[in-house]
Amino acid sequence: MKKTAVSEAHAQYLRRIRRDARIVVLSRIAVLLGFLLLWELGADLKWFDPFILSSPSRVFSAIARLYADGSLWLHVGTTLLETVLGFLLGTFLGALFAVLLWWMPKLRRVMDPYLVVLNALPKIALGPVLIVWIGAGMASIVVMGVLVSLVVTTVTVLNGFLAATDEKQLLMRTLGATKLQIFTKVVLPAGVPDLISALKISVGMSWVGVIVGEYLVSKAGLGYLIVYGGQVFKLDLVMASVAILCVLAALMYYAVAFLEKKVRQ
Amino acid sequence: MQSELMKLTDVSLAYHTVTGETLAIQDLNLTVYEGEFLAIVGPSGCGKTTVLSLIMGLLSPSSGGVRFSREGLRLGYMLQRDHLLDHRTVERNVLLGLEVQHRLTGESRARAFALLDKYGLSEFRAYKPQQLSGGMRQKVALIRTLALEPDLLLLDEPFSALDYQTRLNLSDEVYRIIRGEHKSAILVTHDISEAVSMADRVAVFSARPARLRELIETGFPADMPPLLRRSQPQFHDRFDRIWKELQP
Repeated sequence: MKKTAVSEAHAQYLRRIRRDARIVVLSRIAVLLGFLLLWELGADLKWFDPFILSSPSRVFSAIARLYADGSLWLHVGTTLLETVLGFLLGTFLGALFAVLLWWMPKLRRVMDPYLVVLNALPKIALGPVLIVWIGAGMASIVVMGVLVSLVVTTVTVLNGFLAATDEKQLLMRTLGATKLQIFTKVVLPAGVPDLISALKISVGMSWVGVIVGEYLVSKAGLGYLIVYGGQVFKLDLVMASVAILCVLAALMYYAVAFLEKKVRQ
Repeated sequence: MQSELMKLTDVSLAYHTVTGETLAIQDLNLTVYEGEFLAIVGPSGCGKTTVLSLIMGLLSPSSGGVRFSREGLRLGYMLQRDHLLDHRTVERNVLLGLEVQHRLTGESRARAFALLDKYGLSEFRAYKPQQLSGGMRQKVALIRTLALEPDLLLLDEPFSALDYQTRLNLSDEVYRIIRGEHKSAILVTHDISEAVSMADRVAVFSARPARLRELIETGFPADMPPLLRRSQPQFHDRFDRIWKELQP
């Protein structure tokens, strides 16, 4: 939307807002560039040992080497696939549990303490058990991603459903609505924003689950690269993987945020 | 004498909680006549709203009976808050009740939209509730109720969440709408002047357990709108009588 000024004072106000916005964006870029510059400079001037802390140029050439030998896309693709699978399954199953618990208040009361405990439990503690049960492969890693995002999705979505129910239940009852109608006409549409919030949380959670899963058991993926790089003291490789992770996680988060904006309109 | 539309006979209702039993309503007898506008006033927490829930069938009386003049008499309930659904436009909010009751036909839809037109909301049909003022939202809620073609309207403090000016204007407008559509109505309120300005008769309830203390005829002609009634001499007389009845 193009803002047009209605008076000189308003134009001044709009200029100030735009200037502030520009300053924020430029400062953000400056922080990143400054960080990279200091890091590179420190490595060049031997403030620290670049073998231990690496440097932007070494990270860059590590990525270039991965790209050159063709393994970059294998590792990125593996991790991305595991995360997206874990994230989608976790969200889907979490939402499904939320519907079930909303539908059956008795079950909700019974399950309440278990949900609290499961929510508080660090799910990655179950990693070794999963490997024994499911096997040392991609399935274990995906299940890890699912577990980490599942409970938090259930709790977030359920709370959204319950808030919407409290609000409109009386109205729907005066109209003579059935439970199914209350769900489809009120609770589900009102729960969509909460579902999206849950997506935002669980997208980050799934990364945690998948990377930890890859630490424990994997033959490919960014988590694998990080562990492997650490073991053979190729810190450039570790830093390169972390850098790629940063970019991927940010992209995925913004994709969900974009979706949220679309839905809210 | 007009014909009876709805009758409460010796109705009592007890609420149960973990700590005990509360008698909300005791031996209540009340009749609403065809085409009548009845107001119920009483101290807050006395069980006025509970009476509406009983009539609506949301609660069952512990003893006594709720009787309607005919089988299939349709009721419409209007709540204190409009409860419009944010994700629906005004026109889809208005159709909600018809949808829920599987009565949405081309005809009923046209009738609901005609109500929107008639009461000055047609240009807001495609708006979302967030874009409307409080008074307009409450009007949309009324039309959502009227779209169901109720024979008896139950109004549960429908103006109490609005600012004073909006409240006066809207009660005037709602009165015209209800009279214009030839509906019978029960208005529950804690506002004595609102009751006197809108109703044909005012039922004064006692503190809990609710009992009927007094039935006062307001004696205004039915076509006199609420705002005009407020400036009539008998308005103050009725107000004082109800005020005295409400004193413990």
